[in-house]
Amino acid sequence: MKPAPFAYARPTDLAAAVEALAGSTNAKVLAGGQSLVPLLSMRLAAPALLVDINRLPGLDHVTSDASGVRVGALARHAAVLADEEAHRVQPLLAMALANVAHATIRNRGTTVGSLVHADAAAEMPVVLALLGGSVDVVGPGGRRTVAGDALFLGPLESSLAHDEIAVEAFFPALAEGSGVAFREVARRHGDYALCGVAVLVRLEDRRIVEARAGYLSVSDLPTVVDLAPALAGGGPEVPSDRALEAAGELALAALDPQGDIHATAAYRAQLVRVLTGRTLRAAYDDARRRTEQP
Amino acid sequence: MSEELHDVRLVVNGVPHDLGVPARRLLSDALRHDLGLTGTHVGCEHGVCGSCTVLLDGTPVRSCLLLAVTVSGSEVTTVEGLTNADGSLGPVQQAFKDCHGLQCGFCTPGFLTTITAGLRDNPCPTHDEAKEMIAGNLCRCTGYQNIVSAVERAAELIAGEGESP
Repeated sequence: MKPAPFAYARPTDLAAAVEALAGSTNAKVLAGGQSLVPLLSMRLAAPALLVDINRLPGLDHVTSDASGVRVGALARHAAVLADEEAHRVQPLLAMALANVAHATIRNRGTTVGSLVHADAAAEMPVVLALLGGSVDVVGPGGRRTVAGDALFLGPLESSLAHDEIAVEAFFPALAEGSGVAFREVARRHGDYALCGVAVLVRLEDRRIVEARAGYLSVSDLPTVVDLAPALAGGGPEVPSDRALEAAGELALAALDPQGDIHATAAYRAQLVRVLTGRTLRAAYDDARRRTEQP
Repeated sequence: MSEELHDVRLVVNGVPHDLGVPARRLLSDALRHDLGLTGTHVGCEHGVCGSCTVLLDGTPVRSCLLLAVTVSGSEVTTVEGLTNADGSLGPVQQAFKDCHGLQCGFCTPGFLTTITAGLRDNPCPTHDEAKEMIAGNLCRCTGYQNIVSAVERAAELIAGEGESP
């Protein structure tokens, strides 16, 4: 199918873009369009106005410092993935981005666009929520910062107002003593994941003292679960199989895996159990490697 | 009410074209319907199959996931632009012929554009890199083995071209 007709604006400065958006309650922002254009073509979305931000200046940056990585609204996934400084400051970015669709899609799709598209089956919203990142948005009232955990309201629903544009995402740096890992299972490489898990751990004296996991495709929202209770108490430095299993069960209590044509609910629940253990262990190993070979 | 038309300039395979198209015109349709360049094939029309892949300023993109109006001013390379100047097959095309890398041929234009850019960025891919290079394109006929062989054959042909006088 083809998109339904819509009016089109291609502003060349941010103020004009916000003004164009404010003029319609049924407008959509077009950045990479790798999620939006299929929705238009399938007529699942039929906005009256499309505001194309691809000609706005100064939004394609990927900048890193000791505090974290800042990604502009027009930075393509491929540019973020290839940025070595970003990889050094927050390695979870590249680990997750390698799982975002295929290279051809990453050449056009934007990381910030993926965040505000707010798809619970997407990788980057989970990464933002897990790391405690944020998104800066600009509207008629000026610029404000939306925390990652306040960005996602429901399936494909962000907390941005209709006349606000996301201009930059901030992903905090990996703290000392910490490690990260990302794992997902998809029917084919590059497809939407049946279940995906990102884990962030922090070690003290080689033991995990903080552990959180973010989940995609197994709830309506990108969901972060505190796994530390499953690892509490004594035990060995390296988390035992029993502790990893307990972490999986703990996570499952906070999630709501649903069945669909690709996988049953029971299979998705099993993926939560297995991937939680594997990813937690991988994050632990990552933290050990970083602390022992800085 | 007739739809508003937008001025779009595309340089396709080196030839500039000025179009007036509705904002909703997909790049794939602008190439096929407005310019008559039907070498770009439209399979799924939602970004999954990769048949419609073209090079946008040298970078592979899905032409069915782009509005023509948003890429106005860009250079586009389609499968028609992959032949040599004398009309003979370009190296990736020749490799597909040599290795029997196609059967029905529907998906082939997307593979050819993707591999052309892939070998430019990585002229000597390993077997696994060759597989990864085509991972975003679907083929229902070949089972991919001969396409992977064609990637490796194309790399040889391109390297050979560089050596010839």
